[in-house]
Amino acid sequence: MVVGSVAAIGYGLAAIGPGIGVGLVFAAYIQATARQPETAGLNRPNLFLGMAVIEALALFGIAFGFLWQGHIPQ
Amino acid sequence: MSKVASVLSLEDPPWPPSVDEFFPPGLFGIDWLTKFMLMVWLAIAMIIIFFLVAYKNPKIVPGRMQWLAESIYGFTREGIAKELIGHEGVRFAPYLTTLLVFIAVTNLFAIIPLLQISPNSHVAFPAMLTVITFVLYLYWGIRAHGLGGYLKMSLFPPNVPWPLYLMLTPIEFIMIFIIRPFTLALRLFANMFAGHMMLLVFTIGGFMLLNAESLLLKPISILSWALTMLLVFFETLVALLQAYVFVLLTSSYLQSSLAEEH
Repeated sequence: MVVGSVAAIGYGLAAIGPGIGVGLVFAAYIQATARQPETAGLNRPNLFLGMAVIEALALFGIAFGFLWQGHIPQ
Repeated sequence: MSKVASVLSLEDPPWPPSVDEFFPPGLFGIDWLTKFMLMVWLAIAMIIIFFLVAYKNPKIVPGRMQWLAESIYGFTREGIAKELIGHEGVRFAPYLTTLLVFIAVTNLFAIIPLLQISPNSHVAFPAMLTVITFVLYLYWGIRAHGLGGYLKMSLFPPNVPWPLYLMLTPIEFIMIFIIRPFTLALRLFANMFAGHMMLLVFTIGGFMLLNAESLLLKPISILSWALTMLLVFFETLVALLQAYVFVLLTSSYLQSSLAEEH
């Protein structure tokens, strides 16, 4: 018998989308800087803004996994 | 018995690590005197002393400490405030620098031996920092455009065919008043929480493998500890990156509050 929380599987599923998203953001940044290296500094804040917004989805997964698990200490 | 003691005594450590690890008992038997409180006071003291000492006797050719303090401030001012908010951003640079340094120092506590947990892995601290940001961008939005002007600007984006407002306005409302503050706090909290949890899993996991019945499982503990070391470097990166991202988002929100009608 396997004992554990299904939340772990749920988090695995929840991380797929943001994983692809963050990959796309960094791929686009690398491509942009490879084509025009002088734009590296210009695009960097946008890179992190985009990453932060997408990453939030994966972090919801972590938080809700614990939140809806049912045994949070007082 | 504390976690470290039970691990070192080779009894069965609590496995898997749970949320309980984030709630150590109060120090010296006093409930309100927690490790997290002391760490926040320590961080504040360190930052104040560092900047006071670094700028006590400023020279035209800066010494090492003055150089460090100036480059942290310069980075925030030029790289974040001016870049995102524009010329007006200079007036926010002191607050943004304080925020950056405070979050960076408290995050880095996650990898300092003996401290080993970041205060930001309790949601209260990021939530409080977020409340400041939230009030700040609402205040400046209202101050720059007036209450009506600010709501009109942010809830009714111009150059949109009017039926779309039925959809856009609720989205923008939820975005500004719920999603923005909620994600800002959650991002920092969840990163620090997950980072600490990951380190726990691999460190204690190593002990669990070492204590395993099967002889073949024992050597894998070395792999687990090697991964712990890599994860510590990763945690350092995440700690600094999250401080940067928090400040970046704060200034991006401020910019959208201050922006001229467009």
